[in-house]
Amino acid sequence: MPTLTINGKEITVEPGTTVMRACEEMGIEVPHFCYHERLSIAGNCRMCLVEMEHSPKPIASCAMPAGDGMVIYTDTPEVKKAREGVMEFLLINHPLDCPICDQGGECDLQDQAIAYGTGKSRYQENKRAVKDKDIGPLVKTIMTRCIHCTRCVRFATEVAGIEELGALGRGEDMEITSYLERSLESELSGNIIDLCPVGALTSKPYAFTARSWELVKTETIDVMDALGSNIRLDARDNEVMRILPRLHEDVNEEWISDKTRFHYDGLGRRRLDRPYVKKQGKLQEASWSEAFEAIATKLNGLKGGELAGIIGDLADLESMYALKLLFRAVGSKRLECRQDGAAVEAGCRAGYLFNSTVAGIEEADLLLLVGANPRLEAAVLNARIRKGVREYGLKVARIGPAADLTYEVEDLGDEAALLADILSGHHAFSGRLMAAERPMVVLGAGALQRRDGAAIIGAVRRLADHFGLVGKDWNGFNVLHGAASRVGGLDLGLTSSGGIAAILDDAASGKAKVVFLMAADEFDMAKLKQAFVIYLGSHGDAGAEVADVVLPGAAYAEKDGLYINLEGRVQEGLRAIFPPGDARHDWTILRALSDVLDKPLPFDSFGELRAGLIADLPHLNQRDVAAAAKWGKFGSDKEPKAGGLGAVSSGYFLTNPIARASKILNEVQDLANGVPREATGTDG
Amino acid sequence: MSVSITKANGFAFTEASKAQAEAHIAKYPAGRQTSAVMPLLTIAQEQNDGWLSQPCIEYVAGYLSMPPIRVHEVATFYTMYRLGPVGKQVIEVCTTTPCWLRGSDDIIEACEAELGIKVGQTTPDGQFTLLEVECAGACVNAPVCSIHKKYYEDLDAKSMRQIIKALRAGKTPKAGPQIKRQTSAPAGGLTTLKEIAPAEGRGA
Repeated sequence: MPTLTINGKEITVEPGTTVMRACEEMGIEVPHFCYHERLSIAGNCRMCLVEMEHSPKPIASCAMPAGDGMVIYTDTPEVKKAREGVMEFLLINHPLDCPICDQGGECDLQDQAIAYGTGKSRYQENKRAVKDKDIGPLVKTIMTRCIHCTRCVRFATEVAGIEELGALGRGEDMEITSYLERSLESELSGNIIDLCPVGALTSKPYAFTARSWELVKTETIDVMDALGSNIRLDARDNEVMRILPRLHEDVNEEWISDKTRFHYDGLGRRRLDRPYVKKQGKLQEASWSEAFEAIATKLNGLKGGELAGIIGDLADLESMYALKLLFRAVGSKRLECRQDGAAVEAGCRAGYLFNSTVAGIEEADLLLLVGANPRLEAAVLNARIRKGVREYGLKVARIGPAADLTYEVEDLGDEAALLADILSGHHAFSGRLMAAERPMVVLGAGALQRRDGAAIIGAVRRLADHFGLVGKDWNGFNVLHGAASRVGGLDLGLTSSGGIAAILDDAASGKAKVVFLMAADEFDMAKLKQAFVIYLGSHGDAGAEVADVVLPGAAYAEKDGLYINLEGRVQEGLRAIFPPGDARHDWTILRALSDVLDKPLPFDSFGELRAGLIADLPHLNQRDVAAAAKWGKFGSDKEPKAGGLGAVSSGYFLTNPIARASKILNEVQDLANGVPREATGTDG
Repeated sequence: MSVSITKANGFAFTEASKAQAEAHIAKYPAGRQTSAVMPLLTIAQEQNDGWLSQPCIEYVAGYLSMPPIRVHEVATFYTMYRLGPVGKQVIEVCTTTPCWLRGSDDIIEACEAELGIKVGQTTPDGQFTLLEVECAGACVNAPVCSIHKKYYEDLDAKSMRQIIKALRAGKTPKAGPQIKRQTSAPAGGLTTLKEIAPAEGRGA
């Protein structure tokens, strides 16, 4: 372990630590642009120069490994002079257009120019100008501002796994661009906006809409997929202006997917902002009391079994719990949270969690994807698998349809019967699975949504038992959910026998007379035509179209609530803005409705509701922990039928009502579908 | 300097180019074939009339299993890869200090006058491209230019024009010094070692 002296104080660091990291461990900040702890070291900005004894020149601390006996100074006049020199060179070709730059106020270059810039430029010549590149609808480029740190190039190559960005030319002619200025084809491309230390790469949809200092920042949880990425909503005047990631090492590190980053304009579009009641075959505006009366009239005298409820993908735990209590009060247990028809069952918790945990992917040595396309189902999780492959020697194999996941995948074939082959030990993969120290199996939508999904789950459970995937400190059985509400719904036991298919069939045959949709929009609505449909949700989507009564609820950004991510991690979302118009937090609507039904629910405030919820599910008290779940028996004992596992639907960017309402994501999806794009209004 | 590349019709190595390419790839360990990107670009450039088109870059990228942007980076970094069409004869006049002191400005002027084009341009008939290059490494024979891998040295305006005229006429002018001089021996005749040492002195 090398011991070095920094500014007169000794510190011992791990071998391989760089001088910059050693400085940071001592609390000394070293200015830098190109260095980023999650990317490879480039050492090209030269801003991190420090003085080292016996070295004739200052050294780049980000690239210099700490050595035993090194004597480093970070605060000498020599260091300051060196950094001022670097800054002067950087500013020679930087346009200094901060007043019209979206990065202004949160710009590394701006901040560090205050510390190391001189007030006056000695440069009399013309500055260079670089043509802006069109790299897609999400990232705006002003390439004259680029300081060539190459963070974006390294991110695209290393983390996102798309080698499309590069630095062309040399010296003064160097330019960052995508190959032939094509649009970036990644679900993570928005992260280069955060990585860019200057204003060269900024958010195209956010361009010129707000300044960072006028935004109210709310730290909350993303609901676009089941990963539960930690995000920050930046709002102004009750409108979310942008979404940024928050650091959470165990979940999303510091990345978020483009769907998460850019769905925010969907929060303000196609909103249900007042109750509606269907009169003469048409939805008409109504008052709350009219809407509640219409429901009460319909529910009056209804048998419990005739009422069914379907829960959407974005619901928070409190809303689901309130609905569960309301259903119990009116005598129905038929609530279903698996609107995509996934065959996961409530009960054994280990049977529906991502047990290895997201961070655990880095420890795994062999991963078998079964009908899963993590790139589409949870893009940030896919980046974690890629990290495992690149840095920790993880090997990935797949049963299911082929798709580019940005890392090497060994395709075993798209055939469910392979599971039995592997279990029997006749397959070549069996030996590898047996030999692996920390093997993982990931079940994705393609497996879960198959008609005999339960049999596939059962087969994988037997596989897990047989090959020792589940041990004392390791559980290699993983379910990759797509919906943010799913694990919460399963924890609450919101499943019904026959699942969504049975409910829809009963609705079509008239057995289920009333169907309550809690923002559930992702299935064929045609079967609900016979039934009386109550829709409680935020967006005018498929569900609201067939509804007889529409109750305007709050979107996730407009309510506090708990969410459980696919690992079983309980995280708390906070309200950033208020719901529009008459829309209310779902629990208040359900509470008011219960009064009209004369079956008042046992809570009068959000606090009481949450207290009741936690009393029912004590594990909610443990926040932000992915606790190990007890292994058990689940899934069907039948063998899965032979045949392929379905591919995940291609409409990746439009999987929920908020995303579908978003203009930005529609544009991105069009691009992904190959629809030619016109220049947007924010183009320079 | 432009870093964009030009679209063109498809490109593929001829058998001869392939043989050369494989010889270069064989120099590197298995899986490290991308190390051969520079020689392969050179081979592609020679086969493609002296310049690299977009299909050339993509072909080399495909040949070495690397993303096209990485090959594009290499092709734009080095000035000896040309990214646009050039004439059949590329005249590269050195204008770095020693040549400049010895009159490279006159050489450029002579070329421009004879060809009717400016530096960086190609004659309308597609015969000649005139380029200015940095040190050609033949300072002792300054000023120099290189045409088709041949060096023409000790130039002056007159000899430069004659070379161009000869090329235009389809002849191959004599390479090397254009004045009476043996390679890079002193121009005014030998100053030392004027006579061969007597045979008997050798080894005595």
